[in-house]
Amino acid sequence: MSENKIEIRNLHKAFGRKVVLDGVDLDVVKGESLVVIGGSGTGKSVLIKCIQGLLRPEEGSIKIDDEEVVGINEEQKEKLHSKMGMLFQGGALFDSLSVWENVAFDMIENKKVNKKTAKNEAIRVLRSVGLAPDVADLSPSELSGGMQKRVGLARAIASRPEIIFFDEPTTGLDPIMADVINDLIIESVKGLGATALTITHDMASARKIADKIAMLYKGKIIWQGTVKEMDKTDNPYVRQFINGSSQGPIKVEI
Amino acid sequence: MFISNIENFLRRQGKPLVAFISRLGEFSIFVAQSVYNCLTPPFYGRNLLRQVIDMGFYSLPVVGLTTIFAGMVIALQSYSGFMRFGAEGAVASVVLISVTRELAPVLSALMVAGRIGAAMAAEIGTMRVTEQIDALTTLSTNPFKYLVTPRIWAGLIVMPILVLIGDVIGIFGGYVVGVYKLGFNPANYVNSTLQNLQAIDITTGLVKAAVFGFIISLLGCYNGYKSKGGAQGVGTATTNAVVSASILILIFNYVITELFFSK
Repeated sequence: MSENKIEIRNLHKAFGRKVVLDGVDLDVVKGESLVVIGGSGTGKSVLIKCIQGLLRPEEGSIKIDDEEVVGINEEQKEKLHSKMGMLFQGGALFDSLSVWENVAFDMIENKKVNKKTAKNEAIRVLRSVGLAPDVADLSPSELSGGMQKRVGLARAIASRPEIIFFDEPTTGLDPIMADVINDLIIESVKGLGATALTITHDMASARKIADKIAMLYKGKIIWQGTVKEMDKTDNPYVRQFINGSSQGPIKVEI
Repeated sequence: MFISNIENFLRRQGKPLVAFISRLGEFSIFVAQSVYNCLTPPFYGRNLLRQVIDMGFYSLPVVGLTTIFAGMVIALQSYSGFMRFGAEGAVASVVLISVTRELAPVLSALMVAGRIGAAMAAEIGTMRVTEQIDALTTLSTNPFKYLVTPRIWAGLIVMPILVLIGDVIGIFGGYVVGVYKLGFNPANYVNSTLQNLQAIDITTGLVKAAVFGFIISLLGCYNGYKSKGGAQGVGTATTNAVVSASILILIFNYVITELFFSK
């Protein structure tokens, strides 16, 4: 058994003629938190969707726990998803269900836990992300953006997944709420002993939650290392990105 | 130069054709997937119940109003038309046949397509663009089984029931006009209706209703499921769901009639 939870080799994905991933190689070590940084439209979301099997890559291999996941059937996919959790950028909460039903979705629909137990468990998870029990019966549309993120996080961790994906967890939040979410992410990932893969362009968030950082540019991973190494690197692409400068080798396509 | 002109010309002409064919293929796959998922477990009973209530119970007023006025107008029209050759006595049977075979199924289906097909496309479309469908997948739930299957079953179950109720209300509409406006004897009118009542009129109407229910749900779900591009995409999906369902309803109405009644 290798120590890598996720192993990606030579991953290619294109939409029509637009090449998005052009040979990505990436390893995520078990129990570690890897943050993939990169500009908007560089294919960060596509990378996550390929790993989850929501998109099918044209070429390359993705192994989770040493098992190939590219091209598996629906049944195997469902099994794979039972060890994953995901916090979506917009929350993606089910607005036809109440907050607690969202959090308890997996328990009710897949594990057939009875309603009362599921609700109690949902309230416990909600409390662990700092939400009061009286939020449980509200509808997601009645919550603020920060609270929706928390509910999304609660739903992602409720099934105690081995791998958690975070898609731009702090986008659209004020800096203080963003930091609260960062703390919650660290807490819940460490609490579960899970492996985490985050994509973001928020450098403050990346520094805080990452054990390792990888930078995606033009469909390839062009640099990876720890936060300390990132601050010392002389890679011009990374330097430009973390300094947020419009001058440098990365040209913004307008 | 000349060759490349031809090539460009062909490319331009071919593009919409290729797009059309790939869309047709995409739709066929969707239909096959829907049928397969409708027949294999797991089934989400609670979702089915919600759809049945939405599509059935809350459509009752619309279907009732549509069919009662359809029955009334047929009575009035056939009376004034048939008077020309002294066949006023046929009003009751004309109302019966036109309501059960045509008016109740077609008009109810068109109304439900506008009410429910649009709502399905809008709801599923919004779920698509806000990543709720992806979220279902990541929660080990097949979005097809969770969203599409209950809606298609609801269409198949609910439409025939609605049409059966519509039949009764439509015939009653004809009776009201016949008796209170055109001066028919109530007992004679009822008698003449019952004497002409044939099983085939009702069954064809119900078969049509089930097919229309399938069409409404299928196109509502398909357009929602494949929608992209935010609010505008959802708007387009909603329009397409209603328009394409309505057209298919009218086409299949003819096809089914032909199957049953052409000799």
